[in-house]
Amino acid sequence: MKLMTCPMNGTRPISEFAYWGEIRPAPDADTCTDDQWADYVFNRNGAPGVKKEWWCHTPSNTWFIAERDTEKDKVLRTYLHGEDK
Amino acid sequence: MRLPAMPDEWLDRSRTVRFRFEGRAFEGVAGDSIASALWAAGQRTQGRSFKYHRVRGILSAANHDVNVMVQDGQKLNTRGDVVAVREGMDLTAVNTFGGLAKDRARHLGMFARFLPVGFYYKAFHNKRLFPMWERVFRRITGLGVVDFSTPHIRTAKRYDFCDVLVIGAGPSGLSAALSAADAGARVVICDENARAGGSGLYQLGGDAVRRQHTRTLLDRVKSHANIRLLEGTYAGAYYADQWVPLIDADRMTKMRAKAVIVASGAFEQPAVFRNNDLPGVMNGSAMQRLIYRYAVKPAGNAVVLAANADGYRVALDLIAAGASVAAVLDMRASVPPSAQADALRAKGVEILAGHAVYEAHADGKGELAGITACRIDGSGRVVSGSQRRIACDGLAMSTGWAPAANLLYQAGTKMRFDELLQQFVPDQLPEGVFACGRVNGVFKLESRIADGQRAGLAAAAHAGHGTAGSVDVPAETESPSHAWPIVAHPDGKNFVDFDEDLQVKDFENAVQEGYDNIELLKRFSTVGMGPSQGKHSNMTALRILARLTGKSPQQVGTTTARPFFHPVPLSHLAGRGFSPQRHSPLHGRHAALGAVFMQAGAWERPEYYAVEGKSRIDCIREEARRVRTAVALIDVGTLGKLEIRGPQAAEFLNRCYTGRYDNMKVGATRYAVMCDESGVLSDEGVVARIAEDVFYFTTTSSGAATVYRELSRLNIEWKLDCGLINLTGSYSAMNLAGPASRKVLAQLTDMDLSSAAFPYLAVRSGSVAGIPVRMMRVGFVGEWGYEIHVPAEYGPTLWDALMKAGESAGIGPFGVEAQRLLRLEKGHLIVSQDTDGLTNPFEVGMDWAVKLDKPFFTGKRSLQIVKKMPLKRKLVGFRLAENYSGEVPKECHLIIENGDIAGRVTSISWSPHVGRYIGLAFVLPSMTEPGTPFSIRITDGSMVAAEVCSTPFFDPKDERQKEIE
Repeated sequence: MKLMTCPMNGTRPISEFAYWGEIRPAPDADTCTDDQWADYVFNRNGAPGVKKEWWCHTPSNTWFIAERDTEKDKVLRTYLHGEDK
Repeated sequence: MRLPAMPDEWLDRSRTVRFRFEGRAFEGVAGDSIASALWAAGQRTQGRSFKYHRVRGILSAANHDVNVMVQDGQKLNTRGDVVAVREGMDLTAVNTFGGLAKDRARHLGMFARFLPVGFYYKAFHNKRLFPMWERVFRRITGLGVVDFSTPHIRTAKRYDFCDVLVIGAGPSGLSAALSAADAGARVVICDENARAGGSGLYQLGGDAVRRQHTRTLLDRVKSHANIRLLEGTYAGAYYADQWVPLIDADRMTKMRAKAVIVASGAFEQPAVFRNNDLPGVMNGSAMQRLIYRYAVKPAGNAVVLAANADGYRVALDLIAAGASVAAVLDMRASVPPSAQADALRAKGVEILAGHAVYEAHADGKGELAGITACRIDGSGRVVSGSQRRIACDGLAMSTGWAPAANLLYQAGTKMRFDELLQQFVPDQLPEGVFACGRVNGVFKLESRIADGQRAGLAAAAHAGHGTAGSVDVPAETESPSHAWPIVAHPDGKNFVDFDEDLQVKDFENAVQEGYDNIELLKRFSTVGMGPSQGKHSNMTALRILARLTGKSPQQVGTTTARPFFHPVPLSHLAGRGFSPQRHSPLHGRHAALGAVFMQAGAWERPEYYAVEGKSRIDCIREEARRVRTAVALIDVGTLGKLEIRGPQAAEFLNRCYTGRYDNMKVGATRYAVMCDESGVLSDEGVVARIAEDVFYFTTTSSGAATVYRELSRLNIEWKLDCGLINLTGSYSAMNLAGPASRKVLAQLTDMDLSSAAFPYLAVRSGSVAGIPVRMMRVGFVGEWGYEIHVPAEYGPTLWDALMKAGESAGIGPFGVEAQRLLRLEKGHLIVSQDTDGLTNPFEVGMDWAVKLDKPFFTGKRSLQIVKKMPLKRKLVGFRLAENYSGEVPKECHLIIENGDIAGRVTSISWSPHVGRYIGLAFVLPSMTEPGTPFSIRITDGSMVAAEVCSTPFFDPKDERQKEIE
């Protein structure tokens, strides 16, 4: 079982975490076309590489950002939202 | 024959163990394996092979002897070569018809040519004959017999942690453990054998000093404060981030290490020649284990087939055990000079270079009585006319090794085929994983100890202790494995895989039929798919495939080594479950009232309350009748209950839900619908404004956890000035419903319950029965009613007070089923029952709840797009004919229109108050007009007529929630 490091609670087994998805900027809802919006809602980029994702440590309900290399199957770093320094 | 005491023997000579095998009485010594006790008593035939039912004896004595599997009462497929014999065991060999000696299937070998490779695929290819073949195979194959009265055993798992886990306690593993522990790491070292020491205590070459190296390491390990030694414990698998299940006789321990050292050694590989499976033919290391672990003489007069230095040590160990060695046949063209070879020559043992075994010969019992030796040329071909017969009762095979790299593969190690060693060795190890000893291609004893030091220091450094030093590990000078330990024979029976009785020609035929890729070959021939999982066959199969296809072993590659390393008893795996189950604070009250519970998300909720002498459906209807005619109480505490506070709380809700909340008055409630980004309905609830900056709101029972989690995330992302609190567990809630509800409640509170002061859909705070409450006037079931929320610890007190106050009005509890019926009569949908993963609000008539004029809410942009498109379906109410008495359609039954699917039923129930079956269903937009007839196809294929009708089915003007003056 993999390990994940919660910025508040430290390193815990992956079963304590929930994955939400990659952080993707939404197109401007007022100016984008319907097709652009549909692409944002329904399509995900599955190409391997480094992704920034939302994860939650469920027992403590702590949301944070994980940078994960999906090609090497490695978590590079984790930090609270907005604390990306 | 039993030998005098050996210095490291596993036996307790003071205790004799009496047991039975195949109906005959045997005696062994405490510490014996089943196989060693039998061999000591002269019982060389210990099992039958899987396919041809040939007699088999000890091959590895290392937990790979799947032909020596015995049934021990309810324990089936016990590995005789490693399981300790116990007093009173009554054992039978598995896979025989009428016993080991007279197995009626013993002549199957003669029909071998009718059982070609890939036979299963060929036989089962024919659909018509499939049932016949299935019956035949189920009868003649299979191992132990399952006793269905075997008790169900669940074993709790243990959790453990360490800095460095060392897998294998042979010389390299012990050395690694010591180096890591000396560097300050907390070390756990495990070994699958009953005692640690590995090959260091039995591959001696008759030299007692050699064992002293390992003995010293072992003594230091046992007394080291930083090391825990787990004997009789094997590492079952490798999972991500150094997570290794350790299996012992009693349980599984989930071990999390910071670094893992794989020092698992190598599997000795049988040579391949005709009749290489006769009892008496075994791996050289098996003979050494018999001698030094169990003090059993493996043979009286032996021949050693060697292709490495290990074979010479086997010959010397046999002589030290009092056996004579008739000859050493060395498959290599010349014998490298060594002290061992000199010692053998000095004892008069004939050493024949460039020789192999052409075939083995059986006596009347089918056991080894002699061999025919032959000369081989440089490419392994038999030199004709060179055959020569040698009498012997034992043949040791020491021609090569395969790394026990299963866990290294699972960890993602890149392996490389080393031509000098003729072995796959780790090329690129993953982070935190280390290897040493034979699995790392290091064979000389001193080198293995040095390799262990190197790995131990590196692993400790990875775990944060000390630094990885540079340790010199000398390169190997001679190959431990022969490149082609295979001798052709026109009559075959030269076995490559003992589990599946596969011979050399099976591989030739498979490749000829086009299965010339290792993965295809494995599946077609079943090589390596038996209980030993190819531990003694995969490497040879790979060599054969490489030669037949003109590739190198590196190019052929290996198949995947999957968990577990050895079979694990199901009782070890069937541990405790960890899925949480929640009980409401009123659970005890429900149980006392005879509630029949059902699973609702993580909760147990009363489905209905059983009444003696009444059927389930009658109980449910009675509960519903009570709500409609008097008053009843339901526990709704499983609803998600959230509170949001702060200046921007209203803005937050405006963004999360489709409706508007900023314009709500304090003291009002509003129905709320949540959509996901694609505009699909995801949850619903009621929002109550408690104060200007405080909202209390509910979610569905099943959605509570995920909604709270997602709203927390959005609150972080949006950075609004408000805070979210989850009160789901801290509040109890119940719904008092029915025409008499106000009268009952009035007895317990001095709050003004008049319509003017407390209108429909209002929320009020106050006190009921002396308990502080938040109370909402709701209408889910379509009656005058109050949803009362109190701190969880007051729940039972309030419940009791309401039940008592309602006694004269005929109060009773109602469950989830009655509530479902009542809400259906009102046409209220349940999200996730009447909606699915594609339902948008417009399809269920909730256009009114979607405020597209708001600047933003989750799903808005998608709903703008959806709104422009024609509806694909719509949720409508329907009813069956008034006197319908046939089989009733069920939820998810399809609506068929002109032979096509036109929708499906989402809810259906008999309504006592309407006097018909009523329901909700998705239908085509063209079918929504009340009165439209349609047909529902039920399970048996027949059609049931129904018609669309308007909702609510009951009290369409909602008059029961209003005050009629």
